[in-house]
Amino acid sequence: MSTATLDAPVVAPRSRERAVPEPIPFTRILGVELRKMFDTRSGFWLMASIVIASVIATTLTILLGDRDELSFDSFAASVGSPMSIVLPIIGVLAVTSEWSQRTALTSFTLVPSRSRVIGAKLVNALVIGAVSMLIALGVGALGNLVSSAITGNDAVWDIPAWTFAQIVLANELGMLIGFALGLLFRNSPAAIVGYFVVNLVLPGLSGALASSQEWWRDNAGWFDVNQTRFLLFDSKLTNEEWVQLGVTSGIWILLPLAIGLWLVMRSEVK
Amino acid sequence: MITIESLTKRYGAFTAVDHVSFTAQPGRVTGFLGPNGAGKSTTMRVMVGLTEPTSGHVHLLGRPFAALPNPGREVGVLLDASAQHAGRTGREILTIAARTMGLPKARVEQMLDRVSLTEEESGRRVRNYSLGMRQRLGIATALLGDPEVLILDEPANGLDPAGIRWMRDLLREFADQGGTVLLSSHLLHEIEVIADDIVVIGNGRIVAGGTKQELLASTGTLARAGDPAVLAQALEAAGLVTSVADGAVFTDADLATVGRTAFAAGIPLTELRTADGAGLEEMFLELTAESQRDHLEGAAA
Repeated sequence: MSTATLDAPVVAPRSRERAVPEPIPFTRILGVELRKMFDTRSGFWLMASIVIASVIATTLTILLGDRDELSFDSFAASVGSPMSIVLPIIGVLAVTSEWSQRTALTSFTLVPSRSRVIGAKLVNALVIGAVSMLIALGVGALGNLVSSAITGNDAVWDIPAWTFAQIVLANELGMLIGFALGLLFRNSPAAIVGYFVVNLVLPGLSGALASSQEWWRDNAGWFDVNQTRFLLFDSKLTNEEWVQLGVTSGIWILLPLAIGLWLVMRSEVK
Repeated sequence: MITIESLTKRYGAFTAVDHVSFTAQPGRVTGFLGPNGAGKSTTMRVMVGLTEPTSGHVHLLGRPFAALPNPGREVGVLLDASAQHAGRTGREILTIAARTMGLPKARVEQMLDRVSLTEEESGRRVRNYSLGMRQRLGIATALLGDPEVLILDEPANGLDPAGIRWMRDLLREFADQGGTVLLSSHLLHEIEVIADDIVVIGNGRIVAGGTKQELLASTGTLARAGDPAVLAQALEAAGLVTSVADGAVFTDADLATVGRTAFAAGIPLTELRTADGAGLEEMFLELTAESQRDHLEGAAA
């Protein structure tokens, strides 16, 4: 291909036989996006903080807790609380760092299909969420063993598999809220503050409203994502509560996710 | 090959890019010249799908950018050398791009070598890079996939004169091998040094385009007469485009044409010579100044 219709005199370009490149497979985008979550100091330490926070929480539980009363549930609760903060932040930053560091310029030029890039980030975030919870609960389990070795009591494993699964689910949902807010705001501080408003401020408001308003007290479960999500940590949900979880997840996760994705697809990347 | 057809981008009432059409040919380095805010970067962002145009379209190698299966392998892009994660090393940034394109690791080393970033520099985090080093890294990223087309926005920014010379040689070699290069600049001397073809943009509209020789030649002829307005009128009547400055009349036409036209009109010339030394700069200032005047005058010309 060296011919072209030209109005300007042109040096005949040396023709080069070129193979048409293969399309970029999704698995490759997944791998690249995963690497991007670890390859900076901030990214690395954010990931490392999962392990570090689990170890600190477990150690504190052994040192400060009433050792004769400690069970796996105590450890799960203590490693769970840092996870409920770290994981949503990972969800937020997975998206917003592309904008705050302006790497979106390169990312979306190398892969013009923005939904594939965002999709890869979403899958990675969810996998990291699940693996993190396994690591955190693993560290907690280790703590439980250490504690029983110190006291000489038998270790108490009082978390059945379904609770375990529910805890992972609850944290994944938290992470999704963070991810959705990241897409909506495309700005790290705004999205992180947004997450804390949703996670810490709204439950208080909802509680206050429920104490003065009977209708809200009876029906908040259909609107307040936290009410049912927090139940996942320690109770068996009724069928109605599962439906409420689905409905509130639709409102608080799917809707912002869809709007955020729509905005990202349309927005100008500068 | 880059083909841009009637590209328009409006932001509300503001038209950043106004029916821009031009072609960047293979084997040539095309300079995209315009003052800051003229619409160069917006045009380039539209080319690579980062900005949605209001109307018109861009084709790279015959296809819209989004239709390229693995864009990095066909079109190398450098829009902003500073738009990199400050915490990544230069080598890591190239590695990520190479992986996305599906290239072997050795390619990263080759490119670092190509843009003269040393082993030590490539291991440094980008926040510690000078602008010149960032530009080199950006060029390396653009060249990584061995593309056929290069789109570079202000690539010479931050380069020292030796760096600009290096870039010129590199782009020359790329074009000589059949590649298409489009690079923008708001600095004339960069474009004058590097480009074969020049497209000048002002206020979102293309105000001139052609080979460098054509554009340089078109600064043309300087003529003086007792009354410059009368001379200008006579030349206009003969179909020549004129402009009057400092009592002198400038036209695109050659000396003989201007002399003959003046003679035929019975106007004694007091001076007739080529507008030498005018260079691209005068043309650039002239053209961009013109684009800042109202549209009627531009349409009449």
